[in-house]
Amino acid sequence: MNWLLEPFHHEFMRRALLGCALIGFTNGYLSAFIVLRRMALMADALSHSLLPGLAVGILLFGFSPVSIFVGGLVAAMLVALGSEVISRSSRIKEETALAVLYTLAFSAGIVLLSFAHVQVELEHYLFGNILGLSNSDLWVTYAISLTILPALVALQRPLLVMLFEPSVARSQGVNVVVLNYLLVTFLVLAMISSLQAVGVILALGLLVAPAATVYLFSDSCPALFWGGGIVGGIGACVGLLLSYWLNIPAGACIVLLLGLTFFAAYICSPRYGVFRHLFMRRHLHEESLLRWREANGPVPGAGPGPTEGK
Amino acid sequence: MENPCSLEIKDATVAYNRVPAIHHLNLKIEGGHCVALMGPNGAGKTTLLKTIAGLLTVETGEIVFHGLQQKRTGSEIAYLPQREQVDWDFPITVRGLVEMGCYIGLGWWRRFGPEHRQTVEQALATMHLESLAARQISALSGGQQQRAFLARSLAQKARIFLLDEPFAGLDRPSQESLARTMRELAAAGYMVIASHHDLKNAADFFDQMIFLNGELIAFGDSATVFTDENLARTFNTEVFSGTHA
Repeated sequence: MNWLLEPFHHEFMRRALLGCALIGFTNGYLSAFIVLRRMALMADALSHSLLPGLAVGILLFGFSPVSIFVGGLVAAMLVALGSEVISRSSRIKEETALAVLYTLAFSAGIVLLSFAHVQVELEHYLFGNILGLSNSDLWVTYAISLTILPALVALQRPLLVMLFEPSVARSQGVNVVVLNYLLVTFLVLAMISSLQAVGVILALGLLVAPAATVYLFSDSCPALFWGGGIVGGIGACVGLLLSYWLNIPAGACIVLLLGLTFFAAYICSPRYGVFRHLFMRRHLHEESLLRWREANGPVPGAGPGPTEGK
Repeated sequence: MENPCSLEIKDATVAYNRVPAIHHLNLKIEGGHCVALMGPNGAGKTTLLKTIAGLLTVETGEIVFHGLQQKRTGSEIAYLPQREQVDWDFPITVRGLVEMGCYIGLGWWRRFGPEHRQTVEQALATMHLESLAARQISALSGGQQQRAFLARSLAQKARIFLLDEPFAGLDRPSQESLARTMRELAAAGYMVIASHHDLKNAADFFDQMIFLNGELIAFGDSATVFTDENLARTFNTEVFSGTHA
C-alpha cells in the first residue's frame, strides 16, 4: 500500500496534483464550448501561434513568466483576430486564413528564437513541466481559472443560444460577435495558463478531449459543461499519478489517458458509441407501433394495446 | 391577444455588397394572418425574412413594428432558419430546446422558476410534443423538428413568426399538419410569415400572399392575388435587378 500513497509525500507531486486539478477542470469546462462551437482546429492553430509571441516576449523583456504570458497572448490574439478580419473582408474562409496565419506565425517564431539567446526546448514547449510548477505558475492558473469559470457560468444562457444557432441568437438580440471574441479570448487565456505547466499538446488535449468524451454520453448541455470539467480534472490527476507509478513522462501520460478514455467512450457509450446496438432495448417494434397508432388512431378490430396479442 | 401585432415595411432596400436584393419594398402586414412569401430562387425571400428578423440592415427605408417608432424587443420575433442550417446533433432534448426560448427573457441570472416551467409545458402541449419532450432533437421527424422550433418561439413569447422554407423536405401529411399548426397560430392572433415556393398547395396553406421578385409584385388575400397574371409576373420573368429593360 505504501507505493499508493508515496506520491502524496512529495511536495512537488502535491503541487502538480493541484495544478492538474485546476487546469484540468478549467480547460475541461471550456472544452464543451470548443466542441459545440467547433473550434477544435482553431485551438490547434492558436496553440502553434503562441511560439512567435514567446520569442518576441523573451527577446524584448527577457525570460520571465510575464513576458511569456503577454507575448503568447498578443500573438495568439493577433492570429485569431487576423483570420477573422481576413475572412470577413474577403472571400477567403476562416479556416484557410487561420492556417496561413498560424504557419506564418510559427515560422516567424522559429526564426526569432534563433536570435534569442535562451534555449527554449521544443519538448518543454510541447509537454511543459508539470512536476516543476512554481508558485507563480500556480497563481497564474488560479487567476485564469477564476476569470474563465465564473464568466462561462454567468454567460451560459446567451452562449448556449448562440452555440445552438447563431442566426436565431442574433434575431433575439444576442451580440454574437462579442460572445465569439470572448470565447476565443478565453481559449487563448486557458492555453497560455496551461502552456507553462503542461505544454501545448496537453493544453490542447485538455481543451478538446473531455467534452468530446462526454458528448458521446449525454444530451444535456449542463452535463457537457460540468462533465467536461470533471473528466478533465480527474483525468489529469489520475494521469499524473499513473505517470509517477509507471515512471513515464507526466504530460504525455495525461494526454494518453484522456485519448484512451475518448476511444473507450467512442466504442462503448450506450447512447452514441459504435457498439450501442448491443445495449439497446429490444421493444423497438412496440415503440414504432405505438407511434403509428398515435398518428393514425386506433385500428378497428385490432387489439387495444401494443403488448397484447402476443 | 391583447396587443395586436403589425409590421410595416416602408421603402426598404436591402443589399449585399452594395448590390440590392430587395428594391424599395412597401408592405403592411397585420397579425392574425398566415402569409406566404412567394417568389423564384433569388427573389429575395430569405433576405426579406432576415431583414425583418434584424439579421440584415436596410439600405433605405425602415421597418416599423406595431405602428411604433421604437425598436422591437429581442423576444418578439421568432426566426426559424432553414432546417439544414441547424446542427441537429446538438446535445439538447426537445424540452431543452423549448426552455432555451425563455433564456433571453430571463437574462443572465434570474432563476428558471415554476412559471417558466409552466410556459415550457404549455408550449410543448400547444405543439403536441409532450410525448417527445425527452427526445434528442435529431430523433424527430422533419415536421416535429419544425414544431419543436415553433414551441421554442412560443416559450419565447414571440408574436411574429418568420419561417424560412418550413415545408421543404416534408411529406404531404407532415406539410398539412404543419400548415394546420401555422393557421392555428394565426387564428390566435400571431403573425406567421413563411417563404414558400410550391404553387400547388400555397392557396390552401396561407390566407395571404406576398409575391416577391426583387421588388413587390403583389400582396393581399390569397383569393384575390393568387392569379395567373401575378404568378407569371413573379415566376416567368427575370428577377428584377434594378434596371428595367
